[in-house]
Amino acid sequence: MNHWHFILGAYGLTLVLLVVEVLSVRARRRAAARTAAASGAPAREGSPGALRTPH
Amino acid sequence: MALNWFKLSSPASFYPVAGAMIPWFAWGAAILAAIGLWLGFGIAPSDFQQGEVYRIIFIHVPSAWMSMFLYVVMAVWGALLLGFGTRLSGMMAQAIAPTGALMTFVALWTGALWGRPTWGTYWAWDARMTSELILLFLYLGLIALRQAIGDPRRADRACAVLSIVGVVNIPIIYFSVQWWNTLHQGASVKLTGSSMETTMLAGMLVMSFAFWFYSIAVVLARLRVIILERERDATWVGALAEVRAAGQGAAR
Amino acid sequence: MAAEAPTDAVAPAPPAADGALAGLRWALARDLKLAFRSRAELGVQLLFYVIVVTLFPLATTPERNLLSTMGPGVLWVAALLASLLSLPRLFATDHADGTLEQIALSSYPLEALVSGKIAAHWLTTGLPVVLLAPLLGLQYYMDGESLAILAMGLLIGTPILSLLGAIGAALTLGLKSGGGLLALLILPLYVPVLIFGAGAVDAVRAGLGATANLSLLGAGLALALVGAPFAAAAAVRIALD
Repeated sequence: MNHWHFILGAYGLTLVLLVVEVLSVRARRRAAARTAAASGAPAREGSPGALRTPH
Repeated sequence: MALNWFKLSSPASFYPVAGAMIPWFAWGAAILAAIGLWLGFGIAPSDFQQGEVYRIIFIHVPSAWMSMFLYVVMAVWGALLLGFGTRLSGMMAQAIAPTGALMTFVALWTGALWGRPTWGTYWAWDARMTSELILLFLYLGLIALRQAIGDPRRADRACAVLSIVGVVNIPIIYFSVQWWNTLHQGASVKLTGSSMETTMLAGMLVMSFAFWFYSIAVVLARLRVIILERERDATWVGALAEVRAAGQGAAR
Repeated sequence: MAAEAPTDAVAPAPPAADGALAGLRWALARDLKLAFRSRAELGVQLLFYVIVVTLFPLATTPERNLLSTMGPGVLWVAALLASLLSLPRLFATDHADGTLEQIALSSYPLEALVSGKIAAHWLTTGLPVVLLAPLLGLQYYMDGESLAILAMGLLIGTPILSLLGAIGAALTLGLKSGGGLLALLILPLYVPVLIFGAGAVDAVRAGLGATANLSLLGAGLALALVGAPFAAAAAVRIALD
């Protein structure tokens, strides 16, 4: 049994998971920024005809 | 410190502070990890019995410690939420759960890969492994509960109650190695001293700090995202550079 | 559910008097009366327990030694499942017709009222399991000593199931995912009870004596008795807000 496979598997998957975690936080952040721009904008601009989206 | 802590308790004021903190902890984690891995692979010798494969310990123990530590911190934020009603406390608890779950999974996974070549089995139903598995279920349950409750305020408070109830599991995991004589080796790191070889211990401790710094960085990053999501109608959010950029991007 | 008599007929609202014990007694009496009105439902829960216990030998093996090894575990797991089955109803029916809010607003401490409900739940779900399990244990070729330890463990453990389960039921009150989410939240908390309860029987069989396991169960019960009513009441308030 080659023990290095186990070491690679342990370190490798850990690294992958950490990278996935960071990337998913970033993706969620972009989505949140987009939603914040879309939903808040009409209310903040205060354009006459725009209704404030209730939350 | 003359800093008024309560001033920081609003999402709006903590948002930039968190943003300033993240790079320090992210780089700190990277540097510590480099040092820790150098100690772990370059300096620490092979183990007399286990050969090279014991080096998984440099991930296994830090992640296990973080999985327990993060849960307790999350429960503390939950208690602060229930006690003081500060929204940011609830958001902090929400930000911690996914990272805690990840750490728990890593601990279980690396433990399995360490166990197979060392003791011949990926898994054994011993006290520590079982209670760590329960910890994973507790984290997942918290995440599921939060998703199931639509109202963020109710979700915050329900998760706070659940996390406090589940905190009983942490001492069980920690002390299970002493209470039950099972497969898991006895504690090799105690407050009074250690039975481990110095370089191995050093590597493990440095990696623990690396994991800790990483967790802080990721949790703060997620916290900022949660703040953006929950405070999206606030004026200060709209004024943020990235939100304006996203808005212009959509308008194009 | 819809055919239940209006709960008003049992007791319109908690009496104005104060006192935790009075509140507990009131909630206990009311829930018991309501439970006995739907005796069929109680019977169904017990039948569920019997059927689940019967499934395992059918699915695995009729072989004597294997069954007697499995027996304590199966009887315990089935007890957990039976508890989970009946928990959603603990607060849901009262919540649906608004009685729960009235109860929460009354001058009785909510913790006492919740304790009364939990006690009623245990009397109608846990205690029958404690009485039934030794009989079913005979199906698993368990000997007298094992059955006695099993019953003792269940006697201490099933109240813990009701106490912890109430917290879960309150947290998931009114949610669509209801029962499944409740199970996901509560089963990790149930696991130590399961381990020590079934472990007690295994320990006795191995000649080690059940004292350690049963004492730990007892400690768990003490902790749950003190903590769970507060946690459950807090969860009810959170759900009602």
